Amino acid sequence: MNLMSVLKAENLTKKVTSPEGMLTIVNDVSLDIAAAESVAIVGASGAGKSTLLALLAGLDEPTSGRITLAGADLTALDEDGRARLRAERVGFVFQSFHLVPSLTAIENVMLPLELAGRRDARATALETLTRVGLEHRTGHYPRQLSGGEQQRVAIARAFVTRPAVLFADEPTGNLDTHTGERIVSLLFDLNAQSHTTLVLVTHDRTVAARCGRVLQMDSGALK
Amino acid sequence: MNALAIALRTLLREWKSGELGVLVLAITVAVAALTGVGFLVDRIGIAVDNQAGEVLAADLVLESAQPIDDRAIVEAQGRGLRVARKTGLLSVVFNGDASQLSAVRAVSSAYPLRGKVMVSNEPFGAPTLATGIPGRGEVWPESRLAAAIGATIGSELSIGASKFRVSHILISRPDQGATFVELAPAVLMNDEDIAGTQLIQPGSRLTRSQLFAGPRDEIKSFSEWIKTHKKESERLLDVDETAPQIKSAIDRSGRFLSLASLVAVLLCAIAVAMAARRYVQRHLDSVALMKTLGATRAFTLTVSLTQLIFVGIIAAIFGSMLGFGAQAWLVVALKGLLKGDLPPPGLAPLGIGFLTAIAVLGGFALPPLLQLSRTPALRVLRRDVGPPAPLVVLAFGPAVLAIAFLIYYVLRDVTFFLAFVGGLAAFVVVVAGAGWLLVKLTKRLRGGVGVSWRYGLANLGRRRTESVVQLTAFAHGIMMLLLLAVVRNDLLNDWKRSLPADTPNFFFINIPPDQHQDFTRFLEERGAERARALPMVRARMTHINGKPVDELKFATPRGKEFATRDQNITWADKLGRDNEITEGRWFTPEDTGKPLVSVSTEYMKELNLKLGDTLQFDIAGDIRTASVSSVRKVKWDSFQPNFFLMFAPGLLEGSQGTWMTATHLDATNPKTISELVRRFPSVSVFNVDDLLRQVRSVIDKALAAVQSVFLFTLLAGLVVLIAAVQASREERRYESAMLRTLGANRSTVLKGLLAEFAALGVLSGILAAAGASVAGVYVARRVLQIPYTPDPWVWIYGLAGGGLLVCFAGWLATRSVVNQPPVLTLRGA
Repeated sequence: MNLMSVLKAENLTKKVTSPEGMLTIVNDVSLDIAAAESVAIVGASGAGKSTLLALLAGLDEPTSGRITLAGADLTALDEDGRARLRAERVGFVFQSFHLVPSLTAIENVMLPLELAGRRDARATALETLTRVGLEHRTGHYPRQLSGGEQQRVAIARAFVTRPAVLFADEPTGNLDTHTGERIVSLLFDLNAQSHTTLVLVTHDRTVAARCGRVLQMDSGALK
Repeated sequence: MNALAIALRTLLREWKSGELGVLVLAITVAVAALTGVGFLVDRIGIAVDNQAGEVLAADLVLESAQPIDDRAIVEAQGRGLRVARKTGLLSVVFNGDASQLSAVRAVSSAYPLRGKVMVSNEPFGAPTLATGIPGRGEVWPESRLAAAIGATIGSELSIGASKFRVSHILISRPDQGATFVELAPAVLMNDEDIAGTQLIQPGSRLTRSQLFAGPRDEIKSFSEWIKTHKKESERLLDVDETAPQIKSAIDRSGRFLSLASLVAVLLCAIAVAMAARRYVQRHLDSVALMKTLGATRAFTLTVSLTQLIFVGIIAAIFGSMLGFGAQAWLVVALKGLLKGDLPPPGLAPLGIGFLTAIAVLGGFALPPLLQLSRTPALRVLRRDVGPPAPLVVLAFGPAVLAIAFLIYYVLRDVTFFLAFVGGLAAFVVVVAGAGWLLVKLTKRLRGGVGVSWRYGLANLGRRRTESVVQLTAFAHGIMMLLLLAVVRNDLLNDWKRSLPADTPNFFFINIPPDQHQDFTRFLEERGAERARALPMVRARMTHINGKPVDELKFATPRGKEFATRDQNITWADKLGRDNEITEGRWFTPEDTGKPLVSVSTEYMKELNLKLGDTLQFDIAGDIRTASVSSVRKVKWDSFQPNFFLMFAPGLLEGSQGTWMTATHLDATNPKTISELVRRFPSVSVFNVDDLLRQVRSVIDKALAAVQSVFLFTLLAGLVVLIAAVQASREERRYESAMLRTLGANRSTVLKGLLAEFAALGVLSGILAAAGASVAGVYVARRVLQIPYTPDPWVWIYGLAGGGLLVCFAGWLATRSVVNQPPVLTLRGA
């Protein structure tokens, strides 16, 4: 195993039952991602990008294969074990932001810190919100924020725990081109500053082009 | 950070953001309904009991010919009960030369424990409330007695060895006429004077009564104590035994009030179940997100549980306060209806309300919360992923247990409990099944209707599971309210029928056989409605199926008493309307002179008899044997002469006996009675006006109780249903925003939503009316034991009420959704 490797998948396969019979969504995927590397997974709709992301992040279990994330064997952990690993080492940015509607911007950012039991949650959250330029909107609820602002809160939330790996699922999918570009810039800037490993699912070629490596996915397999 | 702290923090945040409002509202309303009904039932129950106690002047009376042990009094006082003593004996009272055999009643200072003694300054004068009891050396003769011996205030009367001054004329006392034995007019004196009269001698016939009164529960447990500790010669009297009319009124109103409580419980359950569902729906995403951010299942479960417990506690506190306030307001608002002072409510309903809220919350909210915690983190990427399907036992088990426990708690009767739970379960199945079909049917219907209706009906069909769940909830709520309305009507009608204005208020016994026709003619000439006149013969049972009764063993003391006591028997060719043959057949003309006897259900049960059994009687030395040819169910509370044993006509005519009859006479015309007494001196006359008045008063109170509790439950039910609709509005939010984005105007969307609610309401109404009609038969006949009258209005109420109510609730709930700019909804989704 590469000493620098932070995320490694070996012969990853995911099958699901459907009315048409057994479907293979991810087919024998192996990959190795080094620390601080940025990787884009691209492909057409239905190619299996999001499923691969879910498997790599431990949100879903593979039918077969092995995943090592930040030195831990994901596939050997139960759901709660994977959750604890996520709390310590993983950050997420989603296409639909996924902010908790009943929490304010700063409370949303505090949430992962609180889950990890950090006492300095508010100060750290405020600092991170300042880094994404939202220090003046900390007390706003998600519904009072624009799409771009909501995604910046989500990015702040993803970076606030200083994760080893940050997974982003179509982070610009719900945003207009201009806002999308600014969000992507923010994401890459923060990534560079924090030396985080970035795994990004997108079908936006320009976004993918900013990554160090692009993995093309087709019918569940990497090309 | 521990889960508790974060739970409290998110709770606070969710509270601030209004997210928990609906859950809190639903549980608050449910608890308010439950405790409100509970408080009211409790207070009215106590009031009715107190009123009933007036017949005895106490809640319990221990009666004996021998001095009563101090042990019972000490025990009663130890339990905080009030006690009084009453000694009754017959003695001649003199006013100079005039004399009259009178019922002397010596009472102690606490008398009466229930009810009031009314006195006046002249016989038959205007009554005023007496303060206390006659002082030492004073007596209060009854009007009849005073008139008979010409006594006035200040007269000196001789009773036994003592002389007394008349200080008041007794107009009424609560315990007169509870039984028909009080023939002689009464004179009330102080208990401390009785010894001085020297009337109490060894062998003198007297009745010593120990009176007890106090809070219901205490009386109940004391009654149990006394039953195990009293001597054989002592007799325990309670209201049930003394006045069957009052007992049945209390029983029925009590059962109705229980039913109302049950309705409140079920409404509460429906509200909580709906609110919990909504809570779960709204939190699926947050739980998935929390898990993605690293929360374990136990952690998310702790968070939601803590929230739920806090919400439960807050809602229970608010709810009980609201319930207390609501019933207090109702009592004030209904002051005219609930005559007299209502006792203050006990605290029990508060505890019960709290416990119920927790039981219902646990039963209905816990399973969905357990499910909620199983929501996979994957949901953040794929919204169609929800928690795995639960085990049916886990999902419904706790809810069924909670409801079953509560129903049993209210009913405390295994038969009714099984019937109720069985019926409810059957209704769930039928409603869910019918709902499924009807929802399917609406899919077909929507071809022929306008766009709003099409949209509304399409919604119903598409969200089939949701629709069926809502339908079940609404149908149950409406059904319970309709059921309450149906049986309330039957109960009120039955009570109105039970004591019509011409209920006999005069009983005449000892009418000589050769005078009975003259006697009835006399009554009829004076406009009296004659009730049946029946012959009456004293008899003693000697053998059952050839075996001497002395050698037979009986299961209960009552059975032994029935078999061995001297009893009055009669014969007749016609059956009274208050008698119903349940087995065998009534006498036909061919049966005349045959040795046949018709026996009341009580006798059949206590003596373990069956049709065809032979009974042998000693009728004044004449031995007669007869076989049981029919069983009669007798309405003992009809105020008509009735007998346990009725023989075929033409068999006992030769026996030495007398006749009895009862009639309604205008009591304001005492001339008729005086004339009657002069013409038929041997006839004994009883006026039961006072008892009738007391019975009517209890029934009035019970009536008012039923009315007010019904009204209150109805209101509570409506509010709960509105809260339930409120809980379902989220599902409609997103779609209406979508539709408006697509160009539908507000009114189209609103009409669509209303169409959906109207369809839901009408469907629930139909099912509810059907359910209430079926359940009404059982509840009326078996639980309340009153005749059931099918009421076509149930269908109208169900249909129109269901449609309008759900529509209105739906409009309330979705108004804001439609008025909100769609962008806000879509962005928030």
